[in-house]
Amino acid sequence: MRSFLLLLLAITLVQAPGIAHTQSSAASDLPPGSSQLINPEDLLSLLQSGQENKPLVLNVGPSILYMQAHIPGAEYIGATAGKQSLERLRTRVKSLPRNQSIVLYCGCCPWSRCPNVRPAYNELHAMGFTNVKVLYIADNFGADWVDKGYPTIKGQ
Amino acid sequence: MRKLVLLIVVIAIAVVVYEGARRNSHSRGGHLGAVDSPAPQFSLQDLDGKPLALASYQGKVVLLNFWATWCTPCRGEIPQFVDFQNTLGPQGLQLIGISMDDDAKPVHEFYQQFKMNYPVAIGNANLAESYGGVLGLPVTFLIGRDGRIAAKYIGATDLTALQQKIQSLLQAK
Repeated sequence: MRSFLLLLLAITLVQAPGIAHTQSSAASDLPPGSSQLINPEDLLSLLQSGQENKPLVLNVGPSILYMQAHIPGAEYIGATAGKQSLERLRTRVKSLPRNQSIVLYCGCCPWSRCPNVRPAYNELHAMGFTNVKVLYIADNFGADWVDKGYPTIKGQ
Repeated sequence: MRKLVLLIVVIAIAVVVYEGARRNSHSRGGHLGAVDSPAPQFSLQDLDGKPLALASYQGKVVLLNFWATWCTPCRGEIPQFVDFQNTLGPQGLQLIGISMDDDAKPVHEFYQQFKMNYPVAIGNANLAESYGGVLGLPVTFLIGRDGRIAAKYIGATDLTALQQKIQSLLQAK
């Protein structure tokens, strides 16, 4: 019995880093108010400012939503919950300087349930990008951008 | 004094009307997909390649659900929608799913996995725009027997309230 308990303890200790990794993955959620986020009104001000070095805005949501309305100048990457779009994201940014200002956005779903922004953010972070923000869309792109009268364009 | 009060009331009404008009001008799609308006017609193919046209369900109460396999709130609603089709279908309810997925493959898998019992088609931007724009999921429309939009739900729906609304529409002649 004692050996069994020791074995169990050993297995638990060996597994601990894996468990910790899983939790830190979940903790990579981007809570509202965190420094990695940018609010719609702030992004709009930035895009409409005369500033030369505007951020590269990447849409990491589904194509049907992008086709209906997207932020002018935003490039379509696709829903980065999927591997193909993540690969497209990697390809798009691989030659960019790691201090390039990038804003990611999706807006498919309420913030806490968006499956796309976290994988995209994590990927850019893993690639060494240091100036990445995620557009905080509380509810969806319709309610939090379009209905506010912020500019959009449609189509690819 | 009376004139002053009247003037203030008139100005207040004008401000309210102007603000309402301004907000409407910004709202996506204008009156498209609005409650009480006729439901926009569409004709698509379902996942099996069979025709799926709204017109073929004339006289029924239609629950039109825009969803996607990756959308967590959507996934939560589907089992209840399957149950609605089972229990309320004989009374004249017809569910239609419009998937906003980029790729049909996961939709086929999801359809099997969740034992969906109503037609599903892959949507497109034109259809979404005809319903006022679907710029967030899920979005659900209830269409009455008269072919007019009776209710629109954006985001995860209160399924109890939805069922009550369906039942009231089913009772309407």
